[in-house]
Amino acid sequence: MPQLSYREAVRQALREAVASDDRVFLMGEDVGRYGGAYACSKGLLEEFGPDRIRDTPLSESCFVGAGIGAALAGMRPIVEIMTINFALLALDQIVNNAATLRHMSGGQMAVPLVIRTATGAGRQVAAQHSHSLEVWFAHVPGLKVLAPATPHDARWMLAAALADPDPVVIVEHALLYSREDEVAESADGFDAWRAAVRREGSDVSLITSGGSLGKCLAAAETLAADGIQAELVDLRCLRPLDSETILASVAKTHRAVIVDEGWQTYGLAAELAAVINERLFGELAAPVARVCTAEVPIPYAKQLEDAALPSVERIVAACR
Amino acid sequence: MTPLLARGHAHALLEQMLLVRLFEEKAAECYMAGSIRGFLHLAIGQEAVAVGALQAVGPEDRIVAAYREHAHALVRGMPPAAVMAEMFGKVTGCCRGRGGSMHLFDARRRFYGGTAIVAGGMPMAVGLALADRLQHAPHVTCCLFGDGAVAEGEFHESLNLAALWKLPVLFLCENNFYAMGTALERHQSMPRIHLKGMAYGIESAVVDGMDVLAVEAAARLAIEIVRSTSAPYLLEARTYRFRAHSMYDPELYRPKEEVTRWRKRDPLTTFPQQLQDWGLLDDAEWEAMRQRVHGVIEQAVAEAEAADEEPVESLLTGVYAEEEAACPN
Repeated sequence: MPQLSYREAVRQALREAVASDDRVFLMGEDVGRYGGAYACSKGLLEEFGPDRIRDTPLSESCFVGAGIGAALAGMRPIVEIMTINFALLALDQIVNNAATLRHMSGGQMAVPLVIRTATGAGRQVAAQHSHSLEVWFAHVPGLKVLAPATPHDARWMLAAALADPDPVVIVEHALLYSREDEVAESADGFDAWRAAVRREGSDVSLITSGGSLGKCLAAAETLAADGIQAELVDLRCLRPLDSETILASVAKTHRAVIVDEGWQTYGLAAELAAVINERLFGELAAPVARVCTAEVPIPYAKQLEDAALPSVERIVAACR
Repeated sequence: MTPLLARGHAHALLEQMLLVRLFEEKAAECYMAGSIRGFLHLAIGQEAVAVGALQAVGPEDRIVAAYREHAHALVRGMPPAAVMAEMFGKVTGCCRGRGGSMHLFDARRRFYGGTAIVAGGMPMAVGLALADRLQHAPHVTCCLFGDGAVAEGEFHESLNLAALWKLPVLFLCENNFYAMGTALERHQSMPRIHLKGMAYGIESAVVDGMDVLAVEAAARLAIEIVRSTSAPYLLEARTYRFRAHSMYDPELYRPKEEVTRWRKRDPLTTFPQQLQDWGLLDDAEWEAMRQRVHGVIEQAVAEAEAADEEPVESLLTGVYAEEEAACPN
């Protein structure tokens, strides 16, 4: 299997999507001439031209809404929002329109829109570029949310999102773009909507997604050296939640530690803990544990930012 | 002087305005009787805008409206019974009771709501027009909104993007001079709305929204320009709502004399009078029209009342395409 960077995997997925379907086009801030803020669309403007690879003004609400309108009229737009922090400027369109139109119209309208955005901290870019807000979207009925954690998922999740008749938000952790890994050359057997067990284990279930997968793998290695076998569940899809895979793992290990780069209060970990408690209360050997980001806007200074985020040490400690 | 106006067309304009007026008066009655709940925003007084403007919009063109949209839906041809049943929460409602008064949709008639976030439909209109451009379709998108929407960022973003990308959108502002209870001059530093088009290089005009013929002429010209140049256009129609903002509004923000003054320009009084003066409408025709429209409204209410309620068992359908709740578990 070829090794690809996450960035290159996203780029190949975008290229394939635009090349294979006339209805698909990409729009967003600096996706064209600049090549994408994270260089994911480099070269696509030259290959497909400005109608299919559209640079937009810094008008998140308008270009996301335009994506909704184009989707209503039969296109398959991919809208890139530079970071999930900027997506807040488009919350009206995403929550009040994209998520509601099918239901509110009695099933008449469909919004097959894909929104891609970068999430996460770790680059010392402070509080307005670092937050992990994907659960804001996963909270909303009518939306689906994918969080590719590997180059392979980044390569193949886009096509699954585009094939879906409903609006899908894909969140890509900004630290992953340079990460390299094996990527299969076809999507055979690929199911974007199911969680993946990245490592089998019998003693504790580590449940995570997106940018925290690497930290959890490192923690699992440390724990293994001490004789604790952690099973690692990568959610991959935050909504709809694949609770079947989560519950099967916890039913086996009887312990769950949830790792999320979002804040703990009212967050992803809170929802997962509730699902586990509702279904497996009597089978748990210990309370569900949460390793999340400190309840603070992400600070700039490296030592402060590092201290705010989930760390391998904190994950290991929560599993012992 | 009698204008060049075919008798049949004049009657069609009048009948559509009458349909909207009687429909909304009946809706208010049903509201008082408790069969319609939630918000009910009436456009009584503003009928000439919807009726005049939508004459210029072809069947393949697209319409995006805001939350005071009964008139636009009815003039577009949505069956009065389907709109009434929607407000009654019935299975025969155009959105099966999911939308109510503020969210009327009709995919077949290319009627895209019904958006209650006042400028929230404007970016969608830009996107609908973009899709037509990319698919080389000759259609125009007509985007209707009120003066309140002009204060939203989405108004400015949408005008800019439509102009930048040369997209065929008619932005039609129904300026009734109040954003709910806030007068135009209390929320706009420069209250002449059509002039805001200049900032984006968009051609614009202002028209008397109480004159159905003036609105139709202005809209036809605007749509022709949009269609032939594939560039947006901003048309401001100055009008007035005679009723309160919604059924909960005690109207403390505007003087009674102002309402009285505008009521003298009621298009349902002035237009039939004009037609009679021009010899284009006689008393018998006017009476027959009133009877006919009255019958349509009564029929719509009867059908809405007779229809089954949308069943509670269907609650979770239509959130996703597969018609089942995707979350949780």
